[in-house]
Amino acid sequence: MEKGCSKNVESCPQLLDLIPQEREWHHVKRGDGCSEEKKLELRLGPPGEDNWRDESLLSLGYLSSSMKGNGKQTHEFPCPEDHRPVGSVLSTPWGKNPHQQQTKTCSSFLQFPSTTAPPHSLPVMAKESSQPCCNKAVDLQDSERKAFKPPANTAVPLNTSQKRTAPGPVVGWPPIRSIRKNLASNSSSKQASDSPSVDPPNEKPAAEPNGKGQFVKINMDGVPIGRKVDLKAYDSYEKLSTAVDELFRGLLAAQRDSNMKEGEKAITSVLIGSGEYTLVYEDDEGDSMLVGDVPWHMFVSTVKRLRALKSSELPALGLGSSKQGKMKPWNTLPP
Amino acid sequence: MQKKRAYSFPDEVLEHVFSFIQSGKDRNAVSMVCKSWYEIERWCRRKVFIGNCYAVSPKMVIKRFPEVRSIELKGKPHFADFNLVPDGWGGYVLPWIVEMAGAYPWLEEIRLKRMVVTDESLELIAKSFKNFKVLVLFSCEGFSTDGLAAIAAGCKNLRELDLRESDVDDLSGHWLTHFPETCTSLVSLNISCLGSDEVSFSALERLVGRCPNLRSLRLNRAVSLDKIANILCLAPQLVDFGTGNYTTELQPDVLSNLTAAFSSCKELKSLSGFWDVVPAYLPALYPVCSRLTSLNLSYATIHSPEIIKLVSHCPSLQRLLVLDYIEDSGLEALASSCKDLQELRVFPSDPFGVEPNVSLTEKGLVSVSLGCPKLQSVLYFCRQMTNAALVTIAQNCPNFTRFRLCIIEPKTADYLTGEPLDVGFGAIVEHCKDLRRLSLSGLLTDRVFEYIGTYAKKLEMLSVAFAGDSDLGLHHVLSGCESLRKLEIRDCPFGDKAILANAAKLETMRSLWMSSCTVSFGACKLLGQKMHRLNVEVIDETEPPCSRLESCPVDKLYVYRSISGPRSDMPPFVWTMDEEGDNNSNQKDFFFLDMFVRNNHYISNSL
Repeated sequence: MEKGCSKNVESCPQLLDLIPQEREWHHVKRGDGCSEEKKLELRLGPPGEDNWRDESLLSLGYLSSSMKGNGKQTHEFPCPEDHRPVGSVLSTPWGKNPHQQQTKTCSSFLQFPSTTAPPHSLPVMAKESSQPCCNKAVDLQDSERKAFKPPANTAVPLNTSQKRTAPGPVVGWPPIRSIRKNLASNSSSKQASDSPSVDPPNEKPAAEPNGKGQFVKINMDGVPIGRKVDLKAYDSYEKLSTAVDELFRGLLAAQRDSNMKEGEKAITSVLIGSGEYTLVYEDDEGDSMLVGDVPWHMFVSTVKRLRALKSSELPALGLGSSKQGKMKPWNTLPP
Repeated sequence: MQKKRAYSFPDEVLEHVFSFIQSGKDRNAVSMVCKSWYEIERWCRRKVFIGNCYAVSPKMVIKRFPEVRSIELKGKPHFADFNLVPDGWGGYVLPWIVEMAGAYPWLEEIRLKRMVVTDESLELIAKSFKNFKVLVLFSCEGFSTDGLAAIAAGCKNLRELDLRESDVDDLSGHWLTHFPETCTSLVSLNISCLGSDEVSFSALERLVGRCPNLRSLRLNRAVSLDKIANILCLAPQLVDFGTGNYTTELQPDVLSNLTAAFSSCKELKSLSGFWDVVPAYLPALYPVCSRLTSLNLSYATIHSPEIIKLVSHCPSLQRLLVLDYIEDSGLEALASSCKDLQELRVFPSDPFGVEPNVSLTEKGLVSVSLGCPKLQSVLYFCRQMTNAALVTIAQNCPNFTRFRLCIIEPKTADYLTGEPLDVGFGAIVEHCKDLRRLSLSGLLTDRVFEYIGTYAKKLEMLSVAFAGDSDLGLHHVLSGCESLRKLEIRDCPFGDKAILANAAKLETMRSLWMSSCTVSFGACKLLGQKMHRLNVEVIDETEPPCSRLESCPVDKLYVYRSISGPRSDMPPFVWTMDEEGDNNSNQKDFFFLDMFVRNNHYISNSL
């Protein structure tokens, strides 16, 4: 694999930037701001590094020629500001881009799930931790298909001159903390009447299906830091199980990597599907239940938090073979 | 040698003199006067601030400053607040606690921001530091109420426990009972972030009752209004109070009890909390309003008339956090009632709505800029803006130190002229010569960056989103902003050229974040390999960047200066671009440590 920089170049650059000559920034300042004159003809990397330079000159060639036209730097790669729906990614004028690159860029847009409802956080501070993992399984073909979906679900903000009908929320925008995301909806009923209403102290936002995502905490044995999953993103136990799998697989792998002794294999297997871990949950009465016992919608309306236990330890918890029975109380489960 | 001595003070005298110098910057300057001052100073430095926990290793800090009593650490990049940094990225405090447990047995204060704190870390703190007094966990996560129980039980002289905006695993409300009956030292307790679980209220009451020095108490949402009166009566000396839910069943006594309770708090200057407000109970606050300097109504979903009523009772107000329910009319009222206002934050009540749900526009901010001559710090979410308004605001408030404007729809132009908002923001940076922090939004071209690079000479932190046309924009900022320390960029067409051309600049800054821009993997590698004092980290959750072509853009890039080399706790989705096999020796590290100190760079006070 090419390294990009040969080692015979000075290790501490004397000139404190990596583009020693042939800069034309100053030309721009002299100009009257007319965009046609703004040209950036820089070379990346010191001279003598042909591999690197060839590639970069290739890209620069495109850029300078395009800028002469309209003064805007158009890019090799589609970027969100293009105001083009993602669908046009594959038909950019930059024909030289390998197909592979474009679809990969597609999938970076699509890190925001386009097949499921966009997650909205609840006043409880929730992090959209499950989202990137959900899309790992998306293969190239899927990306292409999704690329042509209507822009409603993409991460691309559209032209302000158009009225959006169904805005696709951009990750992390507007820049407010999760806890501030649902203030209006939670109080809308209270605004209607001026009489004081009771806010039951036991009310937990996580269990309320209020149309904006339902985040519950999930811990997995052996992983010190818990995560959160949005139950609104799934409509079946299988999907939830897959998502939890993906969520923790990476973490467990990283952990085991650091602790790995010789001869141990890295985790490649499915954790829950294979039976190595079992999902349990705590319901609104504080009892531990096996996930899967009750119909999905009932589960969703009573679940408070989730846990993935090592299946090997289940008999110790008094579960036995009876799937209908309730387990020990939640707070006596092993930490 | 003799002659030298005759003109210098004994070490003890110098140490005593240095003890009056508190600021990190001044301390750094002192340490560079000469070798002996360096030595004396490092032995008597008691407080260390580390703006990026990965910029230096705990061992290095301990080696240089062996007698520290107070440490402040920051972990994740700021954009982590908005879910742009994936879970598991890093920022673990445990390695620091482990080292300090051995080296600083007399450590008294730990302040952390955006770090991952485990119960294990908290237990270690409780066990290791006999004189531990202050724990501030600002926007941290990873711990549960079990860890808090350990702190409560183990820290006999605890003065401050502040969990502001942290994400705590609420296992049980009983952790409060772990404060022993002998604990009477609490001065500040902030549990406002705790979830809806029942906090053991009786334990809380007893704790408050036996801590006569309690000055700041912020309750969590679970505490309902009827309970507040009791608490206030137990602690009339409070200066800062955060309510829980400001609601309860309508009962005849509640309002009168509450009013009486607030009346007894003669020192109360700051109020917050106010979840689920029932407006009928707001008049209970009137007795304290005239003394109020800080009011946080940013969770209160009350509307403009009620807000106006409340705010017009607060002539001493210096700081107001509020939802956009205040509307332009409320801001006008604010401008006429609160002439001492220094800080205003207006948050969106319906951030994802397409149509505006309230009448809050640029006019509100203009009124406040006109009516409040001391205004210094603004955070304003709105849906429309004009260049003219920004120019007016800039002219009215040349004293701005922080200006953060968020127009909710990205790339919104001036709604009257259709132009980009370059000129407006240009006016801000031109007039506000002391501006230290700026956040941009709306339709912006490279022009705005030219203004910023030209005028914003004191700017330390810049946040940019959906702006600019080309690398030239970024170049203007990197080459022009002399005081720049933190730069965070998302969704802008900035690529390789500006970064590579200004690589050296990055070493003078704390950090650079770029996500959804067009920086190529190859450029990241080049930067990482050439700049040994920078850690160049690429975050990509879909697949390793090296499996793609060099010219492929990276998803997220985080570059920060460091003298401890690439970190060893990266999760699978973070790749470092450092050259392999080029480990800094300790010698080199200390040289750079001094170099940084000499330039007052990394050990300095925060904004």
